[in-house]
Amino acid sequence: MADLKKQIIAQLNLKDLKPEDIGDDQPLFVEGLGLDSIDALELIVLLQQEYKIKLANAEEGQSVFRSVRTMAQYITDHQGKSTA
Amino acid sequence: MKDEQAYITAYSSVARRSACRNGNIVFQGDENVNTGDFLTSLYKYLGADYPKLYKMDNLSRLGFLAVELLLTGRNLSENYNPEETGIVLSNANASLDADVNYMASVKNIPSPALFVYTLPNIVIGEISIRHHFKGENAFFVSEKFDEAFMHFYVTDLFSRAALKACICGWVECFRDDYKAVVWLVENNSREGALPFTIDQIHKSYLLSNGETNG
Repeated sequence: MADLKKQIIAQLNLKDLKPEDIGDDQPLFVEGLGLDSIDALELIVLLQQEYKIKLANAEEGQSVFRSVRTMAQYITDHQGKSTA
Repeated sequence: MKDEQAYITAYSSVARRSACRNGNIVFQGDENVNTGDFLTSLYKYLGADYPKLYKMDNLSRLGFLAVELLLTGRNLSENYNPEETGIVLSNANASLDADVNYMASVKNIPSPALFVYTLPNIVIGEISIRHHFKGENAFFVSEKFDEAFMHFYVTDLFSRAALKACICGWVECFRDDYKAVVWLVENNSREGALPFTIDQIHKSYLLSNGETNG
């Protein structure tokens, strides 16, 4: 998950934030890391670019991007099963 | 139109590795740190616990932190409705700092996360989201800080009863040259308040960060 945190920081340009500053289960949106809908687009791009994973439908995003742990689980479950 | 006196109830500044509130230095950063590192150290000093700051561009971070400092010990929602508090800011370079960073990203894949900061009034949005302000707001671009115009504009908003409180000032950032001076202006006086006049704005602008008056 440390690599995924580094990728999120780079993709979202989270200046000066360190991977250890992001909790595995910390909410990524609103009250947690404070990400918004624009950042959700960036995370979708990250999944496609880094892991060749395309979200099957937009509604999945809410559960997939809940935290770093849920993202990591989604990647683990879908790597090699790309719908792209 | 009413012509009532408004008051500066607090002012703060962030420039040259120093943060001041009501003319007193409250934080000094390490020497030779860049703008981003200094603003991060100020954020940690203020203990704001607002991780969204990490995704902001430096202009937004600067304005956000200057207002955090300004509102230390104040919760404006106790005195005003969200629609009664507004923000009027100005600077010389608009969002040039973010524009340059965004242009650099375009060489590869344009970044939506950078693009959203390529307007100077985004800093007003970030402050409004943080403090739930919904009043009138505006961002003006001028070569130098225009005290007379700022006084006119804010006074007009008060006289039209559009606002009862307003955060106004100068928030400028381009690379490692940054300066924010913000005032909290209210229609009611408080202990230690100053009259909201052009002369008083001018004096506190110069006195912020140790500049000499004159």
